[in-house]
Amino acid sequence: MTTATASLPLQMPAPFLDGLRLILGEAGLLADPDELLVYECDGFTIAKNAPDVVVFPTTTEQVAAIVKLCNQYQIPFVPRGAGTSLAGGCLPVGGGVMITLTRMRKIVEVNLRDRYAIVEPGVVNVHLTNHLKGTGYHYAPDPSSQGACTIGGNFATNSGGPHTLKYGVTVNHVLGAEMVMPDGAIVEIGGPVEDSPGYDLTGLFVGHEGTFGICTKVIVRLTRDPAAYRTMLGVFNSVQDATQTISNIIGAGIVPAALELMDQGIIEALEAAFHFGFPLDAAAVLLIEVDGLEVAVDEEARKIIDICRETGAREVRSANTAKERLLLWKCRKQAFGAIGRLSPSYCTQDGVVPRTKLPEILDFITAVGERHGLRIVNVFHAGDGNIHPILLFDERNAEQVKRVLIASDEILNKCIDLGGSVTGEHGIGVEKINFMSKLFAPHDLAVMAKVRAAFNTGQLCSPQKMLPTAGACGMEHIERKAPGRHAAM
Amino acid sequence: MTSNTTDVTHPAAGPPPVGSEIDYEKFLSCVHCGLCTAACPTYLETGDENNSPRGRIYLMRSVVDGRQQLSPKVASHLDLCLDCRACETACPSGVQYGRLIEPFRASQRQAAAKAGKPANTDWFHRFILYGLFPFASRMRWALAPMKLLQQLGLDRLLDSLGLTRLLPERLQRMQRLLPRLVPGGPALPEFLPAIGPKRARVALFTGCVADAVFRHTHWASARVLQHNGCDVIIPREQACCGAIHYHSGADRPALDLARTNASVFDAAEVDAVIVNVAGCGAMLKDYGHIAHELEPQNRHLHERLNRFAGKMKDISEFLGQLGIIPPTGKIPLRAVYQDACHLNHAQKIREQPRDLLAQIPGLEVIPIAEADICCGAAGS
Ligand SMILES: Cc1cc2nc3c(=O)[nH]c(=O)nc-3n(C[C@H](O)[C@H](O)[C@H](O)COP(=O)(O)OP(=O)(O)OC[C@H]3O[C@@H](n4cnc5c(N)ncnc54)[C@H](O)[C@@H]3O)c2cc1C
Ligand code: SF4
Ligand code: SF4
Repeated sequence: MTTATASLPLQMPAPFLDGLRLILGEAGLLADPDELLVYECDGFTIAKNAPDVVVFPTTTEQVAAIVKLCNQYQIPFVPRGAGTSLAGGCLPVGGGVMITLTRMRKIVEVNLRDRYAIVEPGVVNVHLTNHLKGTGYHYAPDPSSQGACTIGGNFATNSGGPHTLKYGVTVNHVLGAEMVMPDGAIVEIGGPVEDSPGYDLTGLFVGHEGTFGICTKVIVRLTRDPAAYRTMLGVFNSVQDATQTISNIIGAGIVPAALELMDQGIIEALEAAFHFGFPLDAAAVLLIEVDGLEVAVDEEARKIIDICRETGAREVRSANTAKERLLLWKCRKQAFGAIGRLSPSYCTQDGVVPRTKLPEILDFITAVGERHGLRIVNVFHAGDGNIHPILLFDERNAEQVKRVLIASDEILNKCIDLGGSVTGEHGIGVEKINFMSKLFAPHDLAVMAKVRAAFNTGQLCSPQKMLPTAGACGMEHIERKAPGRHAAM
Repeated sequence: MTSNTTDVTHPAAGPPPVGSEIDYEKFLSCVHCGLCTAACPTYLETGDENNSPRGRIYLMRSVVDGRQQLSPKVASHLDLCLDCRACETACPSGVQYGRLIEPFRASQRQAAAKAGKPANTDWFHRFILYGLFPFASRMRWALAPMKLLQQLGLDRLLDSLGLTRLLPERLQRMQRLLPRLVPGGPALPEFLPAIGPKRARVALFTGCVADAVFRHTHWASARVLQHNGCDVIIPREQACCGAIHYHSGADRPALDLARTNASVFDAAEVDAVIVNVAGCGAMLKDYGHIAHELEPQNRHLHERLNRFAGKMKDISEFLGQLGIIPPTGKIPLRAVYQDACHLNHAQKIREQPRDLLAQIPGLEVIPIAEADICCGAAGS
């Protein structure tokens, strides 16, 4: 995907650059084209555009000063965390300043009694997890990219993860934030106490994808560690049986902590790479985890095992020790790497369908693969209907690449037809922007545009992201040339 | 806005870009997911994508693709890489970062030499690489003044007076990284017999710096091996592993050292060659690949060096496999274990040292956060 209107590089006025240097010092910015190239894309490598300057603020005040300066000189800016976005959220459309938050990585406060932590946006998700180890509490959202992505990025994209099913997405775990607004004002939204009066701005700001300003602090909720886990692996002879099992488990009123599906293609890849001992002839496996009180989990696990058997599981294995559990999870998290070994390139789609439609969409995906002569494998958060079909291809085969693009679009359109959506967790960014008008009626989009305009008037802050803007930008006649070589689960 | 990563715009004339010899598939195996970034000590420190594994791969690839020149700025980001390989452990796609950066550096050096401006062959490098490191004895002599300074406490004095700042930058860095030099005892003999029933015949790799600085560790390693029923051979003619040459782009001398070591240790006819320095171990185990990279046609050499590499065992790895006779002496201490990058990330040896420590009566090993993040010494 690329903009039809290739933007001319902006000329950074010398006084503007001097102003940035004054705010940040020489070590706080990059302006040499040699050092800007790596910032031309994030995890989404199809659209590229290098920023004109990259800045590394270390304080909220610096961020505010940068934003004000950008306003003064009418220069666009875009925030960036770790750059693991799979939707091109960090693409500096039209160039300008990239505000990289990676040097704001302090854990400011951990308050166990009131169950919150205040962190700077550049804190890596897993670093917060590690920091909390042993306290009996944790920060629940655990995207598969948690080893690298930042809390600021999670806040901006409303990240989910394998444990979303029971614990919810980022918005359920954010109590408030400090924002530098698109005009440079510093505001606080929400706060450490629940239910602050007035509008729920926190809910509104989570998932803003950088279009409401720069987040400079996040107040996150801490969740008590579960007392016990039971982790199981159901082995199925057909994908239909596996998806039916998912429906039945949820239908029985059980909310597993995680419910993940891996199909035969993934199993095969995992076996080849790691020799975990999966049955190669199984059509699908379900990784199911329940957590809670010791007495309750046993009961739930027993019920789940019964349901699996009823729906035709040919085997249900249980992880009896912490080590076995880790092994199963490692397997799930490494699934991504295993695919890298299957094929030189691959493209992961991120769609959502109502859980009951899982069998239908999976059948559809299989049919699409057959129709286009493509191999598609599946590993996904089954519990919340968030699918990640992975299309395997070789990026040097232009004709095959075209088929991958068509197939991806067909799958995503089918998700919409089934009452779902085109992004479960990776965001709209620039990648999915042309799907927005399919997902929402014009007046719905108009409301969103009004909300954005309330915060982001100048269109300098993350321009041409998330909402299709009529006319000027060219993002609406995006033409895709190559599928992403990215993957995520 | 460019749209295609494979758009290659080679400069019209002139030599091929640095790194062109590298198998392009190795670049393609990186899917640009960024999962490696937070594992990288230089990225954690600077927050700059240019200093991350993903960024460095991108920089190298852009040079190979002719999208950008290997400018001093680009080179500086590649130079800053500590070669700790934490990125390889973190990468779910199995990207072999070491097999990108190392040949790239070698290529960089060759290009510089061809252009008549040898980048890394100033007097200091030449002296260190060709005059000092291959020879353990010279290494000892070279470190003798430092040892004396340390023994007299004068290094601290020089430090506190700021006098070490008068040393050239690189010597300063070396001085800062130098461990306390302790008396290492006499040279190891060529043979130390097994104590108790004989279980294996092994050779000990002693290296250059290690023999000068950590000889006491060699003695300790040999003692443990002997007590676990191993005949220990310490061939005199063995040479430096060549890592320092290879990492700084002097690949030919590195290969020469590899040849020497392979023939010396082959002649010893042992079950395993034991190494107790992580950086050397990583290099020695990589000999086969290096041969493949530098002399792609020479099958005989690959096989020979592969066979040698297959015999290389880190001491903890070897003892783990052999099954140790549990020590009986008590060490009533609380301790932490910090992974050596070239053991953990390059050789994937993580549990074995911990397992060994767990067998020492009285010793309590406490897990620490970031045990697997580079200490800054880059590798060993
Ligand atoms: C292998 C892989 C697996 C993944 N798995 C998951 C998953 O399981 N669940 C999931 O939800 N996502 C997943 N993702 C997507 C991605 O990791 C998440 O969207 C993550 O939250 C992005 O964080 P980041 O720090 O990398 O943000 P970036 O990629 O740097 O930025 C993402 C967006 O947030 C904005 N932004 C970043 N920081 C700020 C800030 N401080 N203030 C305002 N805006 C900001 C950026 O402008 C951009 O629009 C995965 C990605 C990969 C590569
Ligand atoms: S080897 Fe170490 S320093 Fe170099 S890129 Fe990898 S993680 Fe970073
Ligand atoms: S090296 Fe591996 S982890 Fe890092 S960006 Fe490339 S594929 Fe991802």
